[in-house]
Amino acid sequence: MVAAATGNLHTLFDMKGETDLVTTVTTTGALSFDGIGMTFPDGTEALRNITFSIDKGEFITVVGPSGCGKSTLLRIASGLLDPTAGSVEVDRERLGYVFQDATLLPWRTVRQNIELLAELHGFDSAERTRLSTAAIELVGLTGFENHYPKSLSGGMKMRTSLARTLTLKPPVFLFDEPFGAVDEMTREHLNEETQRLFQSEGFAGLFITHSISEAVFMSTKVYVMSARPGRIIAGFDVPFSYPRQPELRFNPDFAQLSGEVSLALRGSSS
Amino acid sequence: MTVSPDLIRPAPEGSAADLPPAEEALVHTPGPLPGASRPKSLVRVAVPPVVLGGALLGFWYVISYVILEPSRRFLLQPPHRVVQIGFLEWDNYSRILKALWNSTQVALIGLGIAITIGFFLATMMSQAKMIERAVFPFAVTLQAIPILAIVPMIGFWFGYGTTARVIVCIIISLFPIIMNTLFGLQSAERGMHDLFTLHQANRLTRLRKLMFPAALPAVFAGLRISAGLAVIGAIVGDFFFGQGEAGIGQLLRRYASQLDGEELLTSVIMSSALGVVTFWTFGWIQKLVIGKWHETEVLG
Repeated sequence: MVAAATGNLHTLFDMKGETDLVTTVTTTGALSFDGIGMTFPDGTEALRNITFSIDKGEFITVVGPSGCGKSTLLRIASGLLDPTAGSVEVDRERLGYVFQDATLLPWRTVRQNIELLAELHGFDSAERTRLSTAAIELVGLTGFENHYPKSLSGGMKMRTSLARTLTLKPPVFLFDEPFGAVDEMTREHLNEETQRLFQSEGFAGLFITHSISEAVFMSTKVYVMSARPGRIIAGFDVPFSYPRQPELRFNPDFAQLSGEVSLALRGSSS
Repeated sequence: MTVSPDLIRPAPEGSAADLPPAEEALVHTPGPLPGASRPKSLVRVAVPPVVLGGALLGFWYVISYVILEPSRRFLLQPPHRVVQIGFLEWDNYSRILKALWNSTQVALIGLGIAITIGFFLATMMSQAKMIERAVFPFAVTLQAIPILAIVPMIGFWFGYGTTARVIVCIIISLFPIIMNTLFGLQSAERGMHDLFTLHQANRLTRLRKLMFPAALPAVFAGLRISAGLAVIGAIVGDFFFGQGEAGIGQLLRRYASQLDGEELLTSVIMSSALGVVTFWTFGWIQKLVIGKWHETEVLG
């Protein structure tokens, strides 16, 4: 659902696929931004009038040039940062947040890291073990439970980070460019797994990236953000059905949609 | 004095101590297997210090027998005389060991108190910027005090016994503990703090589960510096304070005034050995506590 609070926002949207992007404002989304603006104390305007919402079963990716305020939007969504304008509606009790870095505690093993959030939320030890075992299986880390982060590859660190977030079964999952630091091959694998998790866990996802193919591959919708101050300047529905196979990347429709997003993105920085 | 953990130099390549234990075998091990280069490395590691040590002993003999005339040989007795009189005559050696043990106890008590005060202050400083700003200049001043200049004052304030010796140890070893612990507590990355904030961790949980463990590598770097300083503090204090049980400082002073070269050199060697053992012990504890997860190799 696109909450088009600004009068002319929807006219900027490129229509794609059969879904009509222009719908009425919804307040029932799992996560809604309403007129978010952010101006930092030093006068930098990072975000201007961001309005959209994400429902259960939606996976929205925001692509934008570097420094356009994408990450700021996630920090605002999570409550780590208060916006200077507008409001956010989301249940923060069990919010999933996957950071740019894996942010693993080096003194904890993979399993202990995965159990951290459950620990912070006061689950007992038996419950923690159950949750972490399930999450370890989900991300394919079985056999690595007792490894310390220093002996893990970048991709495995990211999986651990994902699993840690999964233990809380968050209804809303925020991803802050989590696969930016891993190599292309690993990134594609992680994209495939993320959309699989999106299917099996049924969360509402908000993903930030500057990789177009990553955005199109995983999402139900892709929004393009302009250079600073960040505004949503285009939106695309992604019509491909789940589960999506790796070969989708070679599909002509995939290429065309990626091209359109790319064009919108180029326009955004000028 | 530098307090940065960078001060700890990396272990000599291939020493037995820095081989990772088997259960840590990396999934993506770069380079050759750790075991493969071991025999060659051991030779590489052992030979240079042995050669240099032999050269120094030879130089020592040259001074004792060639440069010094027999009438002046008492200025530097040859190595074997030091061994015979200092180490092999039990009366002498046991007296030195007893004094060394007394000084070790003083150093350990002083270090223990310095660790307690240092941890407490650093933890407080990490919790409130105001406290950090208040304490910082005094911590630096403490470090800048020329210890030899105030040792006599400590003597006439606290008597010339054990208390005064312990206080010298505390003053000399406190600063690296405060600064390294503070540095360590502040070393947890912002992302990790965000994670704890997101999940509503309170101050105590954050300290316990994030800041304290994150501080450990720096804490150990500080401990190794401070442990060595505490030993020096105990000897310096003892050198000046005559009351109570005599430590190695008293013995050094007596042997020097009596021109007992052999015993003097034995005492010096044993004091240095104490410093080395202390440094090594803390390195070993460090390896035991954080070796499994911390990246930096630890000196054995």
